Amino acid sequence: MSESSSFILDDQEIPFMPGQSVMQAALTAGVFIPHLCYHPEFRPHGSCKLCTVKINGRPATSCTTPAAAGMAVESNTPEILDKRRTLLQMLLVEGNHFCPSCEKSGFCMLQALGYELGVVAPRFSLLYPTRPVDASHPDVLLDFNRCILCELCIRASTEVDGKFVFALSGRGIKKHLVVNAESGKLADTNFSLADKAAQVCPVGVILPKRKGFAVPIGQRRFDAAPISAHVDEFKPVVSAQGERP
Amino acid sequence: MNAPRKLKVATTSLAGCFGCHMSFLDIDERLLDLLEFIEFDRSPLTDIKHCGPCDIGIIEGGVCNADNVHVLREFRANCKVLIALGACAVNGGLPAQRNHLDLRDILAAVYVTEEGLAPGTQIPNDPELPLPLNQVHPIHEVVRVDYFLPGCPPSADAIWKFLTDLIAGRTPHLGHGLIQYD
Repeated sequence: MSESSSFILDDQEIPFMPGQSVMQAALTAGVFIPHLCYHPEFRPHGSCKLCTVKINGRPATSCTTPAAAGMAVESNTPEILDKRRTLLQMLLVEGNHFCPSCEKSGFCMLQALGYELGVVAPRFSLLYPTRPVDASHPDVLLDFNRCILCELCIRASTEVDGKFVFALSGRGIKKHLVVNAESGKLADTNFSLADKAAQVCPVGVILPKRKGFAVPIGQRRFDAAPISAHVDEFKPVVSAQGERP
Repeated sequence: MNAPRKLKVATTSLAGCFGCHMSFLDIDERLLDLLEFIEFDRSPLTDIKHCGPCDIGIIEGGVCNADNVHVLREFRANCKVLIALGACAVNGGLPAQRNHLDLRDILAAVYVTEEGLAPGTQIPNDPELPLPLNQVHPIHEVVRVDYFLPGCPPSADAIWKFLTDLIAGRTPHLGHGLIQYD
């Protein structure tokens, strides 16, 4: 790549390749931008808004904004960190996020970002929604209480597995994850534990059965180092055809 | 010159399991260092029944019944700084897992329809028993809360860091490894 394009992210020069988003360029350069619905193997979605930065003074989601030479990008500023905290706090009160009983605890991106950004209080009133779990499938448990509507399972099931197992239904605060079966039960789909959709949930909705709490506290993914130190795990992947999502 | 006045600290457990108090005691011999700076008012450690004017109030547990509301308001009225200690005080925690169920159904399941009950068992109705609330609430939904220390329970090191920061007049800052939700 002969072009030497770059932009400025919080006083740091970030080089990028044509076609890269601000997020991809930052992650490639080793700078972590908090995110939930972005996944290096999928096209950006821009829905969680956690990766919002200010580009030339205007807010934009860094996962969907193409990098351009000379951009001035603010990410790690008190104003933006405060907005990200508010987004996390709204997600935490909208669902039932009871970490002590969650098998994903220590591996959960929502939890790890709460730690990263120093979210210690719910700030808002908790909604305590009623969301029954779906334990019908022999190998997989669905706990809808923790869903943050990132649509990663939907994208994986549709684009990779070709199974269309998941979808969102409802509008606004009533929007929720549904299973594409007449009964609404996961057991009545062709979903399998080997599916990509079974492996992409950033929180604790899609869980393999009989494997809970296998890793002791202290050795879990985000125990030793905060999520921002895991930046390499989120770097964009380049397929064999040289295409990036 | 007189030594600085010791800070008065009150603690209580509402809808909690006393696990946060146990974790507090887990600061072990550092408790003696702490006692150079604080003295306890109402607390399970002193068995004082009502809270007098205090500098710091530490609340474990959420609010699940009418008595919890009275105790919490007594603490808020008497404490300059009120701290929500642990998952239950911060977001309802384990007791709040009943919030999607109907209270009457829960009581009936335990005292009426459960197998093996003694004949004549009924839902307790003694006037001395505090009435349960329909839902369990974190304490910030009832009174203003100054600081939150999450964790189930928060580790002894987190409690130590938090209290020493506060006593030294710093804004408590936990950082990675000490801030935890589980």
